[in-house]
Amino acid sequence: MLKKNGMYKMSQINPMAEPAKILDARRLLCPMPVIRIQKQMKELQAGDILKVFCTDPGTLQDIPTWCRMYGHDILNTEESATEIIFFIQKSLA
Amino acid sequence: MIQTTEHKQRKAVSLISGGLDSMLATKAMLDQSIHVEGLNFYTGFCHSGHTSAIRNNRKAKPKRNDALWVAEQLGIKLHIIDIVDDYKDIVINPQYGYGKNLNPCLDCKVFMVKQAKDWMLENDFDFIITGEVIGQRPKSQRKIFMPIVAKKSGADDRLLRPLCAKNLEPTLPEREGWVDRDKLFDFSGRSRKPQFAMAKEHGIEDFAQPAGGCCVLTDANYTKKLYDLWEARGNRNYELDDIILLKIGRHIRPQEHYKLIIGREEGENNFLEGYRYAYTNMRSISHNSPLALIDGEVTAEEIAYCARIVARFTDGKHADNVTMQITSPSTGEWQLNVKPLAETDVKKEWYV
Repeated sequence: MLKKNGMYKMSQINPMAEPAKILDARRLLCPMPVIRIQKQMKELQAGDILKVFCTDPGTLQDIPTWCRMYGHDILNTEESATEIIFFIQKSLA
Repeated sequence: MIQTTEHKQRKAVSLISGGLDSMLATKAMLDQSIHVEGLNFYTGFCHSGHTSAIRNNRKAKPKRNDALWVAEQLGIKLHIIDIVDDYKDIVINPQYGYGKNLNPCLDCKVFMVKQAKDWMLENDFDFIITGEVIGQRPKSQRKIFMPIVAKKSGADDRLLRPLCAKNLEPTLPEREGWVDRDKLFDFSGRSRKPQFAMAKEHGIEDFAQPAGGCCVLTDANYTKKLYDLWEARGNRNYELDDIILLKIGRHIRPQEHYKLIIGREEGENNFLEGYRYAYTNMRSISHNSPLALIDGEVTAEEIAYCARIVARFTDGKHADNVTMQITSPSTGEWQLNVKPLAETDVKKEWYV
């Protein structure tokens, strides 16, 4: 079930579904985090989860936009004062 | 040689800057039932909303990449391509020279259209579109340069400029009937009125900077900082981190061999945090303070002097004693008690 902001609650992620890859996009300004995700996604299987660390607040807008464009799901987003973490599931299509 | 096939869905690749013109050019093709996908090239010099977002992270203004946003509004896919390394040669050795600042606009256009042509061939697309308008830009969009871009890029007559096509010779997509030339446009000159009217007609109310001018190389202050970097290093090379950091903070160069990058507010300080692993850095632990990085090789005496400069930008600027925490990637952490420099001792000519 999706929350109204289009994201899942952490508790709804299958606890067995560990991220297949972790991407460090800290210090990168958009669109570099999107470019890195774009590249990483090509190497993942459908349904795999990518965990991405970012620091650019613009990623809160751009990563969901890019994911909608390509049908990938953002399962969860964690924000702290200095860091944003995305859990992205590669499109099953 | 590029082969053509009749009766198939024609596909165009559109150079999407995030500005209004490329958005309208793409819309014009979608209205003619052309399949369009967007390309956006990341040079490192793009001034998207994020640079200001870092500085003003509490503002309500959307912190978005305009090219992505435009593509989503148009309902097309956008492919963002990292050309940072290949683009260096364009910035450093432009064949057609610079514009008013360090903007190599004509070389840049040729380069990007060539990249688009390569992508078109690799992905079995038919032609390329751009949002160029004759006379809109003083250099890269002059009529005499339009054939140069088409020829030098190798795109030749597969390069269509829908917004000003009627002012140019018919291209292959027009001659072959893939697109209806009568439904293209004859915009020219610096006026933005035709674009605004077309945007209104399509119900487009929210768009980025009027003419897609998103490159910081057109900015005099940024150009000054890039020249300063090149002079200090004795060569014209750069890395991505260098050109990103030129967008962030105050840059103060007390001596030729080092400079300070001082955060101007919380968003910049947070962003600079990410560079502490690579640069000697400092902040006050006795007063509210920005984070400052030192770019360059410095002695212990120079670090102490930097501490006095940075203390000037803390809430303790009038205090007799400010405690600074210094962190060096190679030698660890230590503290210094310093007296902030007087305002008049932070010389205006140090500001880059």
